[in-house]
Amino acid sequence: MSMQLEQSPTTDGEIVNNYTINFGPQHPAAHGVLRMVMELDGEVIERIDPHVGLLHRGTEKLIEHKTYLQALPYFDRLDYCSPLGMEHSYVLAIEKLLNLEVPLRAQYLRVMFAELTRICNHMLNIGSHVMDVGAMTPNLWLFEIREDCLNFFERASGARMHSAWFRPGGVHQDVPLKLLADIGDWLDTRLPRLFEDAMSLVCDNRIFKQRNVDIALVSKEDALAWGFSGPMIRAAGIPWDLRKSQPYDVYDRMDFEIPVGTNSDCYDRFMVRVEEVRQSAKIMKQCLAEMPEGPVASTDRKVVPPKRAEMKSSMESLIHHFKLYTEGFHVPAGEVYVATESPKGEFGVYLVSDGSNKPYRCKIRPTAFSHLQAMDFMSKGHMLPDATAILGAIDVVFGECDR
Amino acid sequence: MTVLHSAPRFAPNDGVLDALSGALGPFLVASKEEHGEIVLTIARDQIENALRLLRDDHGYQQLMEMAGVDYPSRAERFEVVYMLLSVTKNHRLMVKVNAAENTPVPTVTTLWPNAGWLEREVFDMYGVIFSGNPDLRRILTDYGFEGHPFRKDFPLTGYVELRYSEEDKRVVYEPVKLAQDLRQFDFMSPWEGADYVLPGDEKAAPAQPPVGEKKTTDKKADTGAGEAADSKAAEKVSAPAPAKEGDRAEKDAPAGTNSRPAKEDDK
Repeated sequence: MSMQLEQSPTTDGEIVNNYTINFGPQHPAAHGVLRMVMELDGEVIERIDPHVGLLHRGTEKLIEHKTYLQALPYFDRLDYCSPLGMEHSYVLAIEKLLNLEVPLRAQYLRVMFAELTRICNHMLNIGSHVMDVGAMTPNLWLFEIREDCLNFFERASGARMHSAWFRPGGVHQDVPLKLLADIGDWLDTRLPRLFEDAMSLVCDNRIFKQRNVDIALVSKEDALAWGFSGPMIRAAGIPWDLRKSQPYDVYDRMDFEIPVGTNSDCYDRFMVRVEEVRQSAKIMKQCLAEMPEGPVASTDRKVVPPKRAEMKSSMESLIHHFKLYTEGFHVPAGEVYVATESPKGEFGVYLVSDGSNKPYRCKIRPTAFSHLQAMDFMSKGHMLPDATAILGAIDVVFGECDR
Repeated sequence: MTVLHSAPRFAPNDGVLDALSGALGPFLVASKEEHGEIVLTIARDQIENALRLLRDDHGYQQLMEMAGVDYPSRAERFEVVYMLLSVTKNHRLMVKVNAAENTPVPTVTTLWPNAGWLEREVFDMYGVIFSGNPDLRRILTDYGFEGHPFRKDFPLTGYVELRYSEEDKRVVYEPVKLAQDLRQFDFMSPWEGADYVLPGDEKAAPAQPPVGEKKTTDKKADTGAGEAADSKAAEKVSAPAPAKEGDRAEKDAPAGTNSRPAKEDDK
């Protein structure tokens, strides 16, 4: 693999073997602020040193200075492509420490919107992955679906991206019936049409396959050793999905398949995500069919604030409302590590409570950290343009990686 | 305790703690099971051996996460927590070591390649040193950053701020200047563990009641009754009537400062 430049006029006749280039931090294919110092031999990558942390905001320290409820919106801003997936781990960690029961309807709503988040996230990732290797059209079509998803989030929570809708004990507000009906229609008509159209352009496309098949092969052993999770570990042929193996909320009631790759290359990672979108749609349909009526948040008034109308008429509710929005609730001392299957992989929250109204320590386990670390060994020996395909298949978002 | 929450349910912990305590034997310092989580504390110099044992003999194949925690009141103030996952047993485990600023923790990059960045992060944020890590650079903070920001004694605002300087045509660092104080809202109920004196409490009586003073009436003299008291009782007790307005004008008082013209109402 050694290519030598002969007699370059710019190097004074000195023969250059390796040279180093800077990829990013403002490169559109870097999916955010990633700086990679690449050592190249000709066009072949010898070594990659990813520099992360350019988006480090100290979220974990900020959370230590906020009450449990005030800290929740920070999670939307971690992986801003799948905000509700981030909230899910956090609220479950709090509920685990409190041992708080969540009403069934709230669990269904959470699962349904977590899956909608997965679709939303995969639309962005699939689209940008395709665009990174040269196709433009599918990305534009997929963004239509993403736009639909964001409109649904807006109708449920009032915010397109940073919903802050999952709350300890349930969800913030119930959804209108019309929204559920519209989501049902969308799942039956618009989503499959747009998505399958776009995928028909990509999946069997010769250029797309040439850019992705057999790129960045990772063995099962390596995938385990490097702490892979989510589509990255499934593409390596390990059927590991926290929704199935460690079910939370009502995932144990859902009937869905886990797509697994056979070749463990960038194409498999892409196709795992494509199939996950179809499975997510299936889960959402089940949620719509089975979702019971009832409260959407725990009725434990020491954790979940009362309804506003109730607060206006009952003195006790007023006190609860005031105390919960000023002091907040206290969480029993202890420590838990709760990880859920976010669209990008295992997203974990290690929460240490000292019994007060603020977390003593909240360590966030980003999915991208382990995957990006493996960038060096995955890219070794590949060509420079493959780096963008590998990066696209990792599905990295720096809000989450750098925290 | 019955499990009411709907957090992820992995394989039951029954018997795992006993089995692992037996296997880890002398490496183990403490162990507990709380909130459905098994936490093992390992002697610092044995962490690599203990984790190798857990990985190879007990099927905890994946190191998912490493977290640093700072407890400034402890002699060894830092905790490093390793989150292990077994995909074959479908079980999770937390393994801890204690460390101080000057006590290196053996690296586990020999066991898991992804420990490299995780250790770099704990080093960056807390200053825990990992001996044997071949690449213990800072990872999340800026190039040339000083200090370890997640320590509890590091201020939330930090020490420096940066801006683009038009004169120098580059980004410059300056000490943090806050336009107003950083507002720390402490909504803890003052009845539970407020670490400040509540308004008004500073006026309260001294903490020690006057226990030396006698509170009994042993003799007649102690009662305060008798002739002396009787004669005092004949005296007039009410205060004298206040002096008239004009008499009260003090000689030394400054002149009135009110120079505004009198209004209609005042006349």
